[in-house]
Amino acid sequence: MAKLKSFFKDYLLFILFLCVIIVIWEWLVQSGKVPSFILPSPSSVIRSIVENRESLFQEHLLATVKEVAIGFFIAAAGGIALSILMYFSKALEKMIYPVVLISQTIPIIALSPVFVLWFGYTIWSKVAVTVLIAFFPIVVGMYDGLKNSDPEYDELLQSMGANKWQRFMKVKLPMALPSLFSGLKLAIVFSVVGATIGEWLGASVGLGYYSRRMSGNLNAEGVFAAVFLLSVLGMVLFFVVTLLQKWMLKWNEEKKR
Amino acid sequence: MTMALVMKNVSYLVRPEKRHKKKIISNVNITLKKGEFVSLIGKSGTGKSTILKLCAGLLKPDEGEIRVYGKATEPGSVGYMPQKDLLLPWRTVLENIMLASEFQKGAKVTKHEARNWLKRVGLKDYENALPRELSGGMRQRAAFLRTILTEKEVLLLDEPFGALDALTKKEMHSWLLSIWEELNKTILFITHDLEEAILLSDRIILLHLDQTTEEIPVDLPRPRHSEMVHTMDMVNYKKMIEKKIADG
Repeated sequence: MAKLKSFFKDYLLFILFLCVIIVIWEWLVQSGKVPSFILPSPSSVIRSIVENRESLFQEHLLATVKEVAIGFFIAAAGGIALSILMYFSKALEKMIYPVVLISQTIPIIALSPVFVLWFGYTIWSKVAVTVLIAFFPIVVGMYDGLKNSDPEYDELLQSMGANKWQRFMKVKLPMALPSLFSGLKLAIVFSVVGATIGEWLGASVGLGYYSRRMSGNLNAEGVFAAVFLLSVLGMVLFFVVTLLQKWMLKWNEEKKR
Repeated sequence: MTMALVMKNVSYLVRPEKRHKKKIISNVNITLKKGEFVSLIGKSGTGKSTILKLCAGLLKPDEGEIRVYGKATEPGSVGYMPQKDLLLPWRTVLENIMLASEFQKGAKVTKHEARNWLKRVGLKDYENALPRELSGGMRQRAAFLRTILTEKEVLLLDEPFGALDALTKKEMHSWLLSIWEELNKTILFITHDLEEAILLSDRIILLHLDQTTEEIPVDLPRPRHSEMVHTMDMVNYKKMIEKKIADG
């Protein structure tokens, strides 16, 4: 009960604002002030989702989720591993870190056709875009977390006779987790963006592909349906990562208040 | 008899920039007998913390040698307690105080022993609490236990009570004095608090800014208790040391 109360306290204004926007939007379209092929009404978007639920959920949403999941996990595993290697080897850090930074200045959309060239229209061209876009926040989060941990803890463990690896496992790694999770939360949202871009450029299934096809058919409701589902997907995945963080970093909770 | 801790002609240079070498510790000789409680006192910049880090094996001296029971010191030779409590925030109190046992070979502190210690310092009910749930004094007691449970005979304490308020500090003094006799450890202790140094120590070593040292034995009977700070003997000691610091 108390939880529900604090939830409303935190989000009441936001929910009200959202309702007002939706009502105005619906009214604008219903009254004919905005033509529905430019901006479909919220009710018609919902109707479109319900009507096409089978292909939307079982086919397109599933395909996108798969791309996001594979891409995110590859980016997370690779990003964490690379950060740890860079932490242990100065030479590797000097060599790789600038490359990671520069990789972010490449416009990903420009690079995507290259992936289509390499991986064709398989799932891997979409996964590649996702990995590329999700990799950066994970590496930065993990690496900064490792770098910025308090050296005094390190000294304390050293005075107890702990070797470098033990110090890393017992102190550095746990201390880097909050920063890693900041990166992961960004990365999961970016992953949805990456998969969508990948699908635009070449796919036969997925919500990105679906929205482009509907746009080609001048079906505004369909486009908005896909956009809506994509944003819900992003929010749900973000929420999942946040839950994981809360569960793993219980000790870090209270401090923020 | 082998001395517990010997620093012989120890010098240490800091190199903030490559060209400027500055000796912050020069030719220091300190010897601690087994079971002695010795305080290091000096103004900021006299290298007190550096001496402790050298003894703990965290820094290597540029000249001279440091021995713990005859063996050259290295990380793991002594118990070291920095000024901050540095309890790991994701570990419970029990897990924190047993930290050192995870890096030791051979006989280790058991959970049973650790729990007994918690009972003795009044943290029995906080065994499974996270550090953030403890007060400043409790955290410091836990950090002190962690240092004791390194099971090292020589303990180096860097201003362990420096961040505590006066009342809590007094409590910690009573507590430390009450377990001191059976603790049977050799302690090198840094403090800025003269009363604390006189109350706790067998000997006080004064570090001057010109890097000379001066020893002052404290001839007060043991067992001591924290009320003794008001006795004439203590006040005289305090006056004498204050004068030495001012002249130094």
